[in-house]
Amino acid sequence: MLADKDRIFTNLYGFQSPGLEAAKKRGQWDNTKAILELGPETIVDIMKKSGLRGRGGAGFPTGLKWSFMPKEIKERPHYLVVNADESEPGTCKDRDIMRNDPHTLVEGCLVASFAMRAHACYIYVRGEFIREREALQRAVDEAYAAKLIGKNNIHGWDFDLYVHHGAGAYICGEETALLESLEGKKGQPRLKPPFPANVGLYGCPTTVNNVESIAVAPTIIRRGAGWFAGIGRPNNTGTKVFCISGHVNKPCNVEEEMGIPLRELIDRHCGGVRGGWDNLLAVIPGGASVPLLPKSICDEVLMDFDSLKNVQSGLGTAAVIVMDKSTDVIKAIQRLAYFYKHESCGQCTPCREGTGWMWRVMTRMVKGDAKVSEIDLLQEVSKEIEGHTICALGDAAAWPIQGLIRHFRPEIEKRIADYSLSASGSVVADAAE
Amino acid sequence: MSLRRLAPPEIQPASFAFSAENAQWARETIAKYPPGRQASAVISLLWRGQEQEGWVTHPMIESVAKMLSMPFIRVLEVATFYTMFNLEPVGKYLVQVCTTTPCWLRGSDAVVAVCKTHIHPHPHSISDDGKFSWMEVECLGACVNAPMLQIGSDFYEDIDGPITEQLIADLRAGKAVKPGPQNGRTSSEPEGGALTLTDSALFDGSIIGRYKVQAPQPALTDAEAKKPTQAASDREAPKQKPPGAAT
Repeated sequence: MLADKDRIFTNLYGFQSPGLEAAKKRGQWDNTKAILELGPETIVDIMKKSGLRGRGGAGFPTGLKWSFMPKEIKERPHYLVVNADESEPGTCKDRDIMRNDPHTLVEGCLVASFAMRAHACYIYVRGEFIREREALQRAVDEAYAAKLIGKNNIHGWDFDLYVHHGAGAYICGEETALLESLEGKKGQPRLKPPFPANVGLYGCPTTVNNVESIAVAPTIIRRGAGWFAGIGRPNNTGTKVFCISGHVNKPCNVEEEMGIPLRELIDRHCGGVRGGWDNLLAVIPGGASVPLLPKSICDEVLMDFDSLKNVQSGLGTAAVIVMDKSTDVIKAIQRLAYFYKHESCGQCTPCREGTGWMWRVMTRMVKGDAKVSEIDLLQEVSKEIEGHTICALGDAAAWPIQGLIRHFRPEIEKRIADYSLSASGSVVADAAE
Repeated sequence: MSLRRLAPPEIQPASFAFSAENAQWARETIAKYPPGRQASAVISLLWRGQEQEGWVTHPMIESVAKMLSMPFIRVLEVATFYTMFNLEPVGKYLVQVCTTTPCWLRGSDAVVAVCKTHIHPHPHSISDDGKFSWMEVECLGACVNAPMLQIGSDFYEDIDGPITEQLIADLRAGKAVKPGPQNGRTSSEPEGGALTLTDSALFDGSIIGRYKVQAPQPALTDAEAKKPTQAASDREAPKQKPPGAAT
C-alpha cells in the first residue's frame, strides 16, 4: 500500500481547509519560483522522465504532450486548457481535487503554462459542478490576492487563470469539442490534424490536459522524476486517484500506486465486495467506456494501463464500477448504451444513428425479446461504429457492448431462450382458452 | 442525441433583461476572453439568465445574441445543444436524479419511484403545488456517493427512497436541508472513517522546504545512454559477402 507521505492529494477528503494557508502547510506553493527557475525545457524533461501518463483516460505521456508546443511564442499566444469536464460515468476524482485540494491545480496551471510558454489558462469545469466551480474560483482569487499568479506576480511569469464552465454535455470532455465549447459553439469535435498544439483555442497553439495530470506536476518536479517513476511499474508509473463505486461495502476515492491489484484495491480500501469476493460478477475497471471484466480476470489483474490493455480492457479514468452477482449485467450495459445515445453530439452518422440502434437492440435483449443471431449482428454493427467517427465517443459506445458479448454471451442467450419459452408458453395458454 | 426545442410561443414571455447586478457580472465575464472572442461567454450568460428566470426563453436568447454580437441561430444552437438549459418552465426545486449505471447499481430506481409518487408521475412536469419538478439525468460525477440527486446548485448524496422522501417533504415545508452525503460521510472517504491520509505530518507544515527542487543529473540524459560503443558496432556489422555470391 502507498504510504501517506507519498500521496500527492493530501486533502482529498476535505478534512482540512482548502484555503491557501492550509494548502501551504501541506507543501503547496513551496518555493514555486525554484521550479520556474529550472526553465521550460528542464520542466518538460522532468515530466518526461517521471513517466506520467495523462490521467484523463487515454494515457498519453504528459511530458511528451507538453513538448509538442512551439518553443517560441510567435504572433499567436499559447494557451493551456485544463479539462475539468469530468463526466465519465464512475469518475469523481477531479471533483475532489477541485473542491478540497484546489491549490494543487492552481499551482499546476502556473507551472504547466510556464513550461509551455502560455500566459493564459482556462479551466473548463462541467456545468453541474457548481459548488466545485465556486471552490476553485475561491482558490484562484486567493492566489491572485497573494500575487502568486496574475500580472507582475512573485514568480516572474505573467499568468492569468480563468475558470470557465459548460452546461451538461459529456462530449465536451473530448479535447477538441471542449475547445469548440470554450469558443462559444456547440461541443462537436474537430477533425485532427491539425492538432491543438498547432491550431487549438482561437486558432492558437493549445494544450489540453486533465485536472489530475496538471495537479500532480508541481509535486513531481519538487520531489524529482525519480521519486514518481519509482512508484508503480515500468511505463505505468506514479500514483493515481481511483474511484470505486457500485457493489462494494464502502465506496470511496483513494489515491494509490499504479499497478495495485484490483482485488487488493477493493478489499483494502472499500471493505470488499458486497457479500464477499466470491459474490463478484464483473467489474468495469476504467469508467463506462471500457469493456467489463468477469470475475475470473478480476482475481489477478493489476490496475494500470498496460495490464488492463492486455486483458482487452483499459484503465481509462480508473473509475472502478463493481457489480455483484445480484446484478442484471445486460441491463447495466443497456443503461450505458442509453447514456451514449443521449450524449452523442450528432455530428457523425455511425455514432448518431448507431448509438440509438444499439440502445434499442440492447433494450430488447434485457427482456430477451431478440433472436440469438442478433447478438452477432450487434457485435458486427458495434465494429462498424468503432473507429469510423471523428472522436472516440463511437468507440466508447461500442466497447461496453463488445465486452458484454465477449464475456457474457451465454447470459444473453439464456435470457433470449427464457423469453421465447415464456412467450410460447403464453401462446399455448392463449390457444387453450 | 436528444431532441430539444424551444417552448411554444404562447408560453414565451414578451421580453428579457438582465438585472443590474447580472448585467455588471456579464460585462466582467465577457472581459475574461480576448477581444473579439466574446462569444466564449455565451454559456455563462445563458446560465446566469436561467438562474435569474428559471428557464431559457426566446427573448433571452435574442438578448444574449445581441450582447455578444452573435447571430441568433448560433445562440439557439448552444441553448438546444447543452442539456442543462431548461427550455420550458420548471419547478422552484428541480430535482435531477442521476440514474446512470453506478447510481442505478446502488438503487436509483427507488429514488425515481419516490419522485414519481411525491412530485409528479411524469418527469418534466410541475407538481400540483407548483414547487417541484423532476427529471432523470446522466452521470453527475459523484459516483462513490451513489445514489445521488441535484437540486439547484447542491448535490445530495448517499440517499435512498426514504431519505429522498424526507428531503422533498422538508423542502416542501420550507425547512433547511443539508447538502452533501446524507449518511454521515464528509465527502468521498469510505464510510466509517478514512483509512488513508491519517498521518498528521501531512498537514502540520513540517513538509515545507523538505523537498528541494533539483535539475536532473546530466548523466541521465537519453542521448548519452544511446551512444553506441565500438564493441556494439563490431558485433552488429554485417559480414562482407564475396562479390557475385548469391543473395
